Amino acid sequence: MQQVVSRDVVVGLKQGLHARPADMLAREARKWQSRIELVSMSQRVDGKSILEVLTLAAEEGTRLVVEVTGPDATEALAAIVRLFDGNFHENDETAVNTAGRTTTP
Amino acid sequence: MKFSDFVAIDAIRSHVDSSTKEGVIREMATALVEAGRIPASDLESIVKAILKREDLGTTGIGRGVAVPHTKHPSVDRLVGTVAVSQEGIDFDSLDGDPVHLFFLLVSPPDQPGQHLRALENISRQLRDDAFCRELKAAKAPADIQHLLEAADNHGMVS
Repeated sequence: MQQVVSRDVVVGLKQGLHARPADMLAREARKWQSRIELVSMSQRVDGKSILEVLTLAAEEGTRLVVEVTGPDATEALAAIVRLFDGNFHENDETAVNTAGRTTTP
Repeated sequence: MKFSDFVAIDAIRSHVDSSTKEGVIREMATALVEAGRIPASDLESIVKAILKREDLGTTGIGRGVAVPHTKHPSVDRLVGTVAVSQEGIDFDSLDGDPVHLFFLLVSPPDQPGQHLRALENISRQLRDDAFCRELKAAKAPADIQHLLEAADNHGMVS
């Protein structure tokens, strides 16, 4: 039976949903059988495609709905939401970037 | 955002000489220096920063496209350029395919929105197979320029 589940998420990344988190998202999404879509105010995109995810241009604070349809929908949704909740593991790296910037003349 | 908002026309290259990831990044950054868009004194620092970003994960996003980029304090607005490799370059891309189309971006450190909107524009246009095919077939920088202008003029059509 097709299961449809969804959750609201907020982009917490200072740099927004840029190339690397978009890649992480698409990689995670492709692990699951279910269809995984991200819905913004203006569009609905395939979460398994990095190109599609990048077209959201989702800045920090953007609200998105993650909508998952399929046999493993519940687990898939949890995995995707976990990425958003964990800020795509970017906190450490942001610190590195900031440090790098201050040392650049 | 449109291509014309960030692509330095004078820095477009239709035939890259390099056959390596570092080579093509260096060639494109040098083209931006020659076009007067980034200072020559910052070339090395910018190339290093772009390579460092590639080490974190390739920007070869599939479909024969890569978007090498960095933030750098030497620019106060987003600058970028486009290059085409007829042969294709191994870029460790996500789908394993060689990369033919390169969009290099250098953005100011404090303006993530500009960078996101450039990525949005690039990825939106690249969903069009014909656009990718025609870019790959470009014989001269002017061909690339015309294709980018045509894509800009189709603006909101996705």
